[in-house]
Amino acid sequence: MNEVDPRTTVINKRLSRTGRIIAVSSGKGGVGKSLVATTLALALAQKGCKVGLFDLDFTSPSTHLILGVKDVQPKEDKGIVPPLVKGLAYMSLIHFSSDQAAPLRGADVSNALIELLAVTQWGELDFLVLDMPPGIGDAVLDIVRLVKRIEFLIVTTPSRLSFKTVRKQVRLLQDLKVPIIGVVENMKMNQAKQIAQETEKLGLKFLTGIAYDAQVEAAIGNITKLRDTTIAKQIREVAASNIT
Amino acid sequence: MHEWALAEAVITATQQIADKEKLKEIKEVHIKIGELQQVERDIFRFALSQLKPTSLKNATFHISTAKTTLKCRVCEHTWLFNKRKLDEDTAEAIHFVPEVAHAYIKCPKCGSPDFEIVEGRGVWLENIIGVR
Repeated sequence: MNEVDPRTTVINKRLSRTGRIIAVSSGKGGVGKSLVATTLALALAQKGCKVGLFDLDFTSPSTHLILGVKDVQPKEDKGIVPPLVKGLAYMSLIHFSSDQAAPLRGADVSNALIELLAVTQWGELDFLVLDMPPGIGDAVLDIVRLVKRIEFLIVTTPSRLSFKTVRKQVRLLQDLKVPIIGVVENMKMNQAKQIAQETEKLGLKFLTGIAYDAQVEAAIGNITKLRDTTIAKQIREVAASNIT
Repeated sequence: MHEWALAEAVITATQQIADKEKLKEIKEVHIKIGELQQVERDIFRFALSQLKPTSLKNATFHISTAKTTLKCRVCEHTWLFNKRKLDEDTAEAIHFVPEVAHAYIKCPKCGSPDFEIVEGRGVWLENIIGVR
């Protein structure tokens, strides 16, 4: 027989006690995807749900900076148990790579992703939020292939450049028959409704339009301040009306 | 222990293959472990023995080790991974996720972190011998 990678056989078992699995994704980088993923996870936890946050942007992770993660390490117990950070079961490659740059090519991204999905013991969760890398590369394709029940939430900015890439991503996900919760428009500079209209043309729900908030930068690493930002408030509403 | 999760994956994959091949009993399971992941052999073997289901009760596990070959993508230099050159924390990080080797190991010839793990990464199921 050909050599078999045994790891993929246990992935859905590891996630068997997880309720909804939501991949927060975008066509392009720099649209606030990690902020949406983090504030969504915090909003769900604030409602009393058990929530995990998994940073899958392996080459440019940032959720640990948003949360202000310091000096936490996963524990070993028949796998890897994510540490609890601000009420979230938190997993990131940062636990293992520290602040070193981890230059990973596609095959390495797939391997690291499969490894962490196969060995992470999430336990019982109501929600697992995944912060995806931008685009439609290996991580998105692997997550769709390996994680049954995956749903996507897509983030864009008002820029046509950003939405063009969203359109491609939506087409791919629709071809793969992956459910899409809807689209969040972030960093709005005016009241234009173009993204909302374009989203509806794609047959998707427009979840919210978030105005550009200059306070966000000062809230990085401080979740008390983060909870007062426009983005956190609006994502809380999205969580209340579209997710829980 | 992390080895338990990997052992569970081996058992699950073995069972799936046995079901597909309609094997009534499994006699031998051949597993290859790449040096890079530094799997603790005794813990892994113990976990396999504890996790094996009835269909595997008479199975013996044959575990071989594959040396880890790394090849620089910049200068094409090829070299073997050597755990002794790593500090304890780095070795442990690579044990959990072998790909983080890219954050710590550099080509000994040109210093590039852009290398390929040619062979000897982690756990592979090589062969299963059973009776139909």
